[in-house]
Amino acid sequence: MFQRLRSRLLIFLAVLGPGFITAVVDNDAGGIFTYSEAGARFGYNPLWTMLPVTVVLIVTQVMCSRMGAVTGKGLSDLIREEFGLRITFFVMAALLVVNLTNVTANFAGIAGSVEIFGVSRYISVPLGALVVWLLVVKGTYRSVEKIFLVASVFYVAYVISAIMVEPDWGEAIKSSVIPVVYFDGPYVAILIGLVGTSVAPWMQFYLQAAVVEKGVDVEQFAESRAEVIVGCVAMAFIKFFIIVCAAGAIWSVQPREIHDAADAAMALQPLGPYAYILFSAGLFNASLLAASILPLSTAYSVCEGLGFESGVNHRFEDAKVFYGLYTLLIVVGAGLVLWPGFPLVRMILLSQVLNGVLLPIILILILRLVNRRDLMGKYVNSKFDNLMAYGTVVVMIGLSLTLVALTLWTS
Amino acid sequence: MATVPIGVDHVLYLTEMTGMSVIAPNGLRLGRVRELALKPSEHPRRVSHFLIGRRTRFMVRYDQIESISLEGIRLSDDRFVPYYPDENLLLLEKDLLDQQIVDVNGRKVVRVNDLALRVVHAPAGDELWVAEVGVGLQGAFRRLAEGILPNKLIRRVQERIKPNSIPWQYCNIVEPDPQRRLRLRISHDRLGELHPADLADIIEDLAPAERGALFETLGDEVAAETLGEVDPKIQVSILKALDKERAADIVEEMEPDLAADVLDQLEEEKSREILQDMEQVPKAEVEELLEYESDTAGGMMNTQYVDVHEDGLVRDALEALRGNEDLLKALTHLFLIDREQRLTGAVAIGMLFAASEDTPLRKLAFKETLKVHVEDDREEVVELFDKYNLYALPVVDEEGELCGVITADDVISVLTPDD
Repeated sequence: MFQRLRSRLLIFLAVLGPGFITAVVDNDAGGIFTYSEAGARFGYNPLWTMLPVTVVLIVTQVMCSRMGAVTGKGLSDLIREEFGLRITFFVMAALLVVNLTNVTANFAGIAGSVEIFGVSRYISVPLGALVVWLLVVKGTYRSVEKIFLVASVFYVAYVISAIMVEPDWGEAIKSSVIPVVYFDGPYVAILIGLVGTSVAPWMQFYLQAAVVEKGVDVEQFAESRAEVIVGCVAMAFIKFFIIVCAAGAIWSVQPREIHDAADAAMALQPLGPYAYILFSAGLFNASLLAASILPLSTAYSVCEGLGFESGVNHRFEDAKVFYGLYTLLIVVGAGLVLWPGFPLVRMILLSQVLNGVLLPIILILILRLVNRRDLMGKYVNSKFDNLMAYGTVVVMIGLSLTLVALTLWTS
Repeated sequence: MATVPIGVDHVLYLTEMTGMSVIAPNGLRLGRVRELALKPSEHPRRVSHFLIGRRTRFMVRYDQIESISLEGIRLSDDRFVPYYPDENLLLLEKDLLDQQIVDVNGRKVVRVNDLALRVVHAPAGDELWVAEVGVGLQGAFRRLAEGILPNKLIRRVQERIKPNSIPWQYCNIVEPDPQRRLRLRISHDRLGELHPADLADIIEDLAPAERGALFETLGDEVAAETLGEVDPKIQVSILKALDKERAADIVEEMEPDLAADVLDQLEEEKSREILQDMEQVPKAEVEELLEYESDTAGGMMNTQYVDVHEDGLVRDALEALRGNEDLLKALTHLFLIDREQRLTGAVAIGMLFAASEDTPLRKLAFKETLKVHVEDDREEVVELFDKYNLYALPVVDEEGELCGVITADDVISVLTPDD
C-alpha cells in the first residue's frame, strides 16, 4: 500500500509544474489590483464570488489539462482542427488584443511597484522589458522560473496583514456565502473583472500547452489534476485575504477607488512600515513572472493556431512571425505604460474585464471540444463539469451585456 | 522545388468549389457542392464524388460530369445517390483541411490551408484532379475571404500573394487508424526514405496518436535509427505505446549506447520487459552499457569498435574491417589490444590505405595512445576531445581492458543544449 502511495507521490512531484504555475501566475498585477479594488471600493460584498469562481476555475483548468493529456495537442491546434481557419483567426485576433492588455497590465505593475519608492517608470519598465525578453530568448527561463515561484511566498504578507487588521470576520464570512449584486456599472465591472482575472483565457491556452509539452499522458493525469486543484485552492485563499485586507484596512475606514500602487499598498497598512516594501516586492515579483510567461504563451498560441513555425529553439529567420509577435507584445506592452499620462490602474482593471468578456467565447469552444467522444473517448465532461462551465458562460454573457447596457444608460 | 505549371483558368481551389452550383442537363440547379471526395483505391488524385445539398446529402460521381468551371458544374447525367459514409472515401474538407500533413520534400509537418485542383478535360467529360496543397498565406487568405468576397475578386487579390504549396505527391496524410490507412491506400514509402534525423523532427511535431501511426509504418531498422534521434521525452512516449515485441525488435536494431540511453529513461519494469524480449547479443551489449552512469565515459561510450591484436599486420586489419561492414560508415580508428584485451594502441583507418599489406600495425599506431577510464566524468571527456582534436576516444576499465569507444557525435550531443 505504501509502495503505491509513494509512487503516486513521486508522479505528483514529477508533474508538478503546469497547474501550480498557472495558479500562481493567476495572481499577477491584474489580480492583485482587481482584488484590492474590489475590497477597497466595495468592502466585503464581492467575497461571495470566491467560492463559485474557484470552482469554475478548477473545472476549466482540469478540462484543459485533461484535453492536453488525452489528445496530446494544444488548445489552438484543437480549435484549428475542429473549427477551421476562420474561427481560429478571429479567436487568435481577440486573444492577441486581450493578452496585449494583460501584458501592459503587468508592465504597469512593474512600474507601479517601484514607483512607490520613487524609481521612475522610465527606468524600471525598459529594464524589465529587456530582462524579460532576454530571459526567454537566451533560454534561461526554466531556471529562473523556480526563483519566481519561491518568491511568491510574499503573498503570505496578505494573510498576516488580514489577521492584524482585525476585520469584521462575521461580515466577511457572511459575504463569502451570500451573493450581493447591485446593478451599478463599476460593481458589475468588478464582478466581471474578478472572474476574468481568475479564469483568464490566456491561462487555459498556457496550461494545455504546458501539459502537452510536459508529456503528461492519461495515466499520470490524476496526479496532474490534483496539482491543479491544490494550486487553485491555495491561490483562492490568497485572493480571499487580499480582498479582506483591502476591505478591512481601506474600505472600513473610507471606501474609495485605487488610483495607484501606493493606494493598493495601503491594504497592508497594519504591517506598518513594512507594508510598502512587502507590497512592492510581491507586486514586482508577480508582474515580472507574468510578463515572462504571457507574451511567450501568446506567441505560441497564435502561431500554433495559424500554422506558423514557433519555438525558441528556432533561429529568428526560421520563425519570424513567432519572434516578431513576441517582441511586439513586449514592446507595445511596455511602450503603452511609458506613454505620458497613461492611466496605469485603469488599464490594469480594464485588462481583467476584457478577460472576463472574452472568457465565454473561449469556454464555448472548449466545451464543444471536450464533450466530443471522438476526441476525448471516455474522458468527456461529466454533467457537473458541463453544468458549471455552461453556467459560467451564461452568467458571463449576462454580466457583459448588463455592463454594456449600464454604460450606455449612464452616458 | 519545382511546381508543375498550371494554366490559370484550369485551376480551381477547394474554397471555390464549396458552394459551387451543380446544374443538371436540363438547366435546373440541383444544389450546391458541400464536399469533395477521393477514392484512393480507384485513383490517387481524381475527385471521385461530389457531395451536394445541405440537409439531405446526395452524391454524384465524377463520370456524370460534363464540365467544371468557376461558373459551376454541369452534369451530363442527373442520377444521384444518397450520401452514405464510406470508409474508402477521403473527404477533402473534413479529412484534409486544417489538418496536419507531412511534407516529404520539405521534411516537416505542415497544416493544410487550402487545396488546388486541376480541371482535366477528358473525352467523357471534365475531371477534377488534386494538384497541390496550399500551406501559406495565399491559401489562408482564400479561406478567410471565402463567402465574403466574390470569387473573382479573391482571385485577383491572391495573385499578389506569394504562393506556398506542396505538390500532392509529396504530401503524406497521417492517419492513426490502421484500417483506414489500408482503405485509403496511405503508404509511407517516401517517408521511410528520409534521413532518420529528419523523420525524428517530423515525429516530434506530431501529436501522440499521429506519431504512433507514423512510427508503425516504419521498418525496424529505420524506426530504430529514428528513435535514437528523437527527443528523450518523446522516446519514452513512443516506446510506451508499442507492444513489447515491437519495442524489443526496434531497440535491438538501435546502437547499443543509444538503446541504453532510451531504456534508462523508462520505468524499470518496462525497461526490463523490453530487454527480456531482445535477442541475446544486442541485449548483452545494452545491459553492459546500462551499468554505467549516464554522465560518465561509460555512459557515453558505445561498443561498436574494431580491435586487432597488437602484433597484427595491415592485412589482418583489413580482414577485421571486412568482417564488420556495418560499422564502416562512421569508423575512424581501430584499436590494438594484447592477449588480455588490454588497449595498447590506436590506428587511424586512413593510414591503412597508404601502407602495404605486410606493414605491422604497430608502426602505424599513434605514438601516444589517448584513452579515458570508464568512470571518468563527462566534462573530462569533452575537454580531451577539444584539447587533442579527437574523433574517437577509447575507453578502458581498471585493468586497462578496452571496453568501448566514444565518438565525436556523442560529444556534440552532450554540448548541444536541451531546450
